[in-house]
Amino acid sequence: MSKALLYDATLCIGCKQCEQACADKNKLPYDDKVAAETRQSEHKFTVVLAKDDKFMRRLCMNCNDPACASVCPVAALRKTPAGPVIYEASRCMGCRYCMLACPFGVPRYEWNSVNPKVQKCTMCSDRVLAGQQTACAEACPTGATKFGERSELLAEARLRLRDNPGKYVDHIYGENEVGGTSVLLLSSVSFEEFGYRTDFPTDPLPNRTFAVQSRIPDFVPLWGSMLGGIWWITHRREEVAKAEGGEKKGGAK
Amino acid sequence: MKMPNIKWFSFWKLVLYFVLAAGAYAVVYRFLLGLGPSTNLTDQFPWGIWVGFDVLCGVMLAAGGFTLTGAVHIFNIKRLHPIVRPTVLTAFLGYMLVSVALLVDLGRPYNIWHPLIMWNPHSVMFEVGWCVMCYTTVLALEFSPIVLERFNLQKPLKYIRRALIPIVIAGVIFSTLHQSSLGSVYLIVPEKLHPFWYTPLLPAFFFLSAIAVGLAMTIFESSMSAKHFGRQLELHILKDLGRALMVVLIVYSVLRVEDLIHRGVLKQVLVAGYERNLFLLEIALALVIPIMLLSFRKVRETPGGLYLASVITLLGFVTNRLNVAVTGMEASAGVRYVPRWTEVAVTAAMVGAGFAIFGMATKYLPIFPEEHAAVPVPAAQRAAAPEVVMQNAD
Ligand code: SF4
Ligand code: SF4
Repeated sequence: MSKALLYDATLCIGCKQCEQACADKNKLPYDDKVAAETRQSEHKFTVVLAKDDKFMRRLCMNCNDPACASVCPVAALRKTPAGPVIYEASRCMGCRYCMLACPFGVPRYEWNSVNPKVQKCTMCSDRVLAGQQTACAEACPTGATKFGERSELLAEARLRLRDNPGKYVDHIYGENEVGGTSVLLLSSVSFEEFGYRTDFPTDPLPNRTFAVQSRIPDFVPLWGSMLGGIWWITHRREEVAKAEGGEKKGGAK
Repeated sequence: MKMPNIKWFSFWKLVLYFVLAAGAYAVVYRFLLGLGPSTNLTDQFPWGIWVGFDVLCGVMLAAGGFTLTGAVHIFNIKRLHPIVRPTVLTAFLGYMLVSVALLVDLGRPYNIWHPLIMWNPHSVMFEVGWCVMCYTTVLALEFSPIVLERFNLQKPLKYIRRALIPIVIAGVIFSTLHQSSLGSVYLIVPEKLHPFWYTPLLPAFFFLSAIAVGLAMTIFESSMSAKHFGRQLELHILKDLGRALMVVLIVYSVLRVEDLIHRGVLKQVLVAGYERNLFLLEIALALVIPIMLLSFRKVRETPGGLYLASVITLLGFVTNRLNVAVTGMEASAGVRYVPRWTEVAVTAAMVGAGFAIFGMATKYLPIFPEEHAAVPVPAAQRAAAPEVVMQNAD
């Protein structure tokens, strides 16, 4: 029973209440200057982008099978059964592989700290576990950001697409992208307008790695016995052909 | 003949001191101020040359260790025996330097041990970390006879000698795994890495090129030792290595071209562009020029020719790794990454330290067994040890 967010850009009025609520929840500074920033950063986990009268939110997609969590060597990032992808700073060693791997370019780094953390939206994991909705969904005055069961939100998104032909781009962003995400988006203009790539594969990215990694347990004994066998053959041959000794032998005997 | 050698040597020493001092300064700078002020890394471009060169190239350049120990001890190619030791030394040094570089690059280096107890077997980095740790231990064991001999410790020498074959096999397995896995690191970014370099075959290419580089590096360092440390050049051995290098390069080229064709990327080579140019540079340096050079007998069988071919091969595959880590990732990140001076200084210092320690080790340790007399070892020890020394101890 995994929770999710549905953001319907056509309902958004660009009030940035979600930004404010996110900052409060995560104890981050928020003023006019921060509000004007249009990029996610280590002090701003979600942004509301505006183009003319169209809006779009950006935040961590909290992927169903997140690349960031799959690559983290110390499992500092984890997908929780409830939906949020969480980060445990005390485990992190700062390799930044998560940042490299995330297809949405989400994780941010505290570059100016000598004890840096990775920063990103963690879908208010603590609130979700306590049965509450995310801070952003709670703050949204129009219901553009809606919190709920992923399956129910998906069904609702499909209904909105069906009942309003021509209003939306016929696509629920996040339904299948890289295996699906816990953030679902609806929009009346192309998602690419706001930097969302639409060329993602529908299978989870960690599968690419797993296709190779999963062979290792089989490969090790195979390779080991081959090497041992080669050693046995080459040295046996040597015993048999001991008399040959014409070649230079690095000084042995 | 000695005089010019010494002169050049002192010139390089000066360069070395400068490089090391600059590197040390950069490291202090990085730890006092953090990664932001000391690098040109950003949220959009989190991995720079400390990963692309120090780690990816560092591990690749240390591949001679498993290539040579495997060839000599598993495949029983005895002719190569005399150069196993310097090669193992290079590898050991390489991995030490990679570890140091990693400490500089990690945001929280004091947590570097976390993979020991905090597991994520799905992570390629986790697996690489473990393999590198295990393989560095293997290298230490393979290297230990050199030190043990120096201090005439017969007992431990005997144990190492008995366990040598399993140790070598373990080393080859760990190396196969992590050399290829450094390619697998990039399997997770099909939508970010430029199609010239992103292929499901990345691990295979990284592994094959590690062997090529292992061979080229061995030729390079033998030639260097001959030039600057006054060692005699083992031309007959280098010829064999040159031949092997050519074969590996050809196999790699065939696979690379097949892969480009099957993924339909070959026609993109005709379209001018930043990635295309660096791709062509890589192919020229790593494959076309070395293979052409080595196809001439005159090159393949002379010290100068082999040296040249190996240096170009090394440059080519360094370009390859940097293309994967930097060039191929820039377009999707939407930025151009140029390393800051601190990044360059640390990397240069790593290379400098490698040369310096290698030079020192060749001076004080019996790295070149056939020249034992040159090393200040008590006569009694030399008399007691030769059996062990010659047969196993590398
Ligand atoms: S969007 Fe990126 S950071 Fe967020 S869960 Fe997915 S892979 Fe991880
Ligand atoms: S930077 Fe931290 S959270 Fe990200 S992959 Fe590395 S160890 Fe994991």
